[in-house]
Amino acid sequence: MLFPSPPVPARPPRVVITGAGIVTALGVGWRQNADGFRAGRAAFRVVSLFDVSRQRVKTAAEVDLPATLPPTRLGARATARLDRPAKMLLVAAQEAWRQAGWEPGGQIPLILGTTAGGMALGEDYFRQAVQTPQRHRNQPTRTLYYQSQTQGRMVADALGFSGPVTIVSNACASGANAIGQAWELIRRGRAERVLTGGYDALSQLVFSGFDSLQALSPTVCRPFDAARDGLALGEGAAVVALETLDAARRRGASILAELIGYGAVIDCHHLTQPHPEGDAALASMALACENARVTPADIDYVNAHGTGTPLNDSAEALAIRRWAGDRASSLPVSSTKAGIGHLLGGAGAVEAVVCLMALREQWLPPEPAFERPDPACNFPIVREPRDASVNAVLSNSFGFGGVNATLIFRRWP
Amino acid sequence: MSGVYVCGLGAVSPAGWDVAALGKVLQSQLPVPRQPLARPDPAKPLQACPVPPPLTRPSFLGHPRLRRASPITQYAAAAALEALGKLAANRPPGDRLGLVVCLQSGCVQYSARFFEETLRDPLTASPLVFPETVFAAPASHLATLLGNVTLASTLVGDPACFLQGVALAVDWLEEQRANACLVIGAEESHWLRADALWHFQRSSVMSSGAGALCLSLEPGLSLGVELNAITDAHTFSTDLNRTRAALAMRSQLPSGAPTEVLFDSQDDSPQLDAPERAAWGDWPGRRLSLKRILGEGLMAAAAWQCVAACDEVARGAAPAANVSLVGCNQQAIGARFARSHSQP
Repeated sequence: MLFPSPPVPARPPRVVITGAGIVTALGVGWRQNADGFRAGRAAFRVVSLFDVSRQRVKTAAEVDLPATLPPTRLGARATARLDRPAKMLLVAAQEAWRQAGWEPGGQIPLILGTTAGGMALGEDYFRQAVQTPQRHRNQPTRTLYYQSQTQGRMVADALGFSGPVTIVSNACASGANAIGQAWELIRRGRAERVLTGGYDALSQLVFSGFDSLQALSPTVCRPFDAARDGLALGEGAAVVALETLDAARRRGASILAELIGYGAVIDCHHLTQPHPEGDAALASMALACENARVTPADIDYVNAHGTGTPLNDSAEALAIRRWAGDRASSLPVSSTKAGIGHLLGGAGAVEAVVCLMALREQWLPPEPAFERPDPACNFPIVREPRDASVNAVLSNSFGFGGVNATLIFRRWP
Repeated sequence: MSGVYVCGLGAVSPAGWDVAALGKVLQSQLPVPRQPLARPDPAKPLQACPVPPPLTRPSFLGHPRLRRASPITQYAAAAALEALGKLAANRPPGDRLGLVVCLQSGCVQYSARFFEETLRDPLTASPLVFPETVFAAPASHLATLLGNVTLASTLVGDPACFLQGVALAVDWLEEQRANACLVIGAEESHWLRADALWHFQRSSVMSSGAGALCLSLEPGLSLGVELNAITDAHTFSTDLNRTRAALAMRSQLPSGAPTEVLFDSQDDSPQLDAPERAAWGDWPGRRLSLKRILGEGLMAAAAWQCVAACDEVARGAAPAANVSLVGCNQQAIGARFARSHSQP
């Protein structure tokens, strides 16, 4: 029952990650992405998915999906109906599922973050309904598969599990909120394991939207650079398998990392702009640290929200300074959006997996295009690929509408 | 586990801009007026139950964040403020409010408008419109309007998702992350939404609006109604069709009594209604199908069902009310609200 709920454990269980899957413009799967992030590769090109000839900016980080999807429990017809975001989500979910070694069957909650779900299908629906309104072919399928809850259900069917599907849509914080909500569900004793993550695909409406706001960089996305001039859009998905430490140990599962803290707050300053002093970002980081029982001194790397827009990065830089205090001067920070763009609802989840990579493989993801720091940054930006001793990382995600979320992960010995 | 009390209700619907108007229409059992919907294909006779204009212009529309907001935000704001009525008047210092907004179609008016502008010429697409297309926009505006919101989340799903929103709010209350939580379900009208519905139910009449529940663990704030149960979320799958999901949901709620009332989500569609007919065939009490009166309001309709159920119990018309939400493409979830032992 969702209510009354089972009693909350006297001591919340520790939550570990036993599987992670990722799809970005750098590649499909952990290895390709880890190699790309470690080297600081950038994956931008002229958009091929829709017409950008009349857009101010014409590039984004497009994903090259595999020609055929790996086999799942979905029938050929259902598989054929999946659109780009659903395919990215499924590929990431399957990688996480396999890595975790979970077996089909049983009740596993699925919590996903997305902003647009199958927006491109919605665009196709709109075009056909306007241009040839008496033609109904494919419209019912588009109506169903456009909706993110259908895409979530397809993941469950494909991997062979059942359970509640929850779709969180808090703009660019959605992916981090989904993982945070999954963490809370396990700690409250509602579930022993949860599959969670985020995804979003490029769509004409969203691309045009950010372009209309003049938020897209006409040059190169350079988060925290003094000359930064905007963000770049990307697409992709990331999914993680969360479970209690006890459950993972019982199964003899290989543990990737521990999720130790989550904070979420709301910034009411403006629909699309953060509070200039970074108040909500600061509160989000402080809350996550409080939950994790760590201080900034314990954090070895910050994966910043770092969109590359002037307003976001100066507010986040101030927030990091205020939160980290003296630690800021030696705290490595970078934004992986410099390489794969802003994945919106998928960003928080993808960046969580990048943090897992850093913890597992002991390196920091650089921003190679970064040249000159914004005066607001009194912390070192990771500019070159480098190995590092990384025991705890903090990842920020801030959304349109003001939802701010922070996740903290700890290395598993 | 503490008791969870309903301390406020709000509704904007084709019946009008408050819960009283909703209750009046439900008592009359007469469908609200319908009107044809202008759309690109005049051969398709789409209809909608419009929300009537408010009797007086709501003062919240003067708030800078709501001047350009789409109807879905206006409906959500009006429902939220009505639900907060009593609480807002007695707001203690340091009061922390949680906000869960549930949507299915979401901000479809501005989305369609912005995409139309993009197709015409992206260089002239309005930067003022785009931010309003985001699912999270209504929650953001509401948080700013209300001022004391410390936690907010937007959930997207089929109409049964509204009860997931209620469950999330209960978690926040029990974790003491908020003193009170508003759960809002809202939708707005657009021919595109009606066109999509038409593919699944030719006779469907689209409606829009919002419903809001204000929840608290404080018995003194209760309207005399408490949350008694929310079933599991029975997600549709290859192994669990809508009928089996509806039956599983029904099996988790009490069998009911002749004095109790059921608010189901049937809408005069033999095919879509079949699971609920099977699940609730033995229901001994009164039954109300709001959508037959108010139209298919998706998430707003789910919220109206819960609001009407609580209102029924609060007015003493029934000792308990069940809500059956069998969604279209995600899940079946039910809930039960009952007369609270702690009276205000």
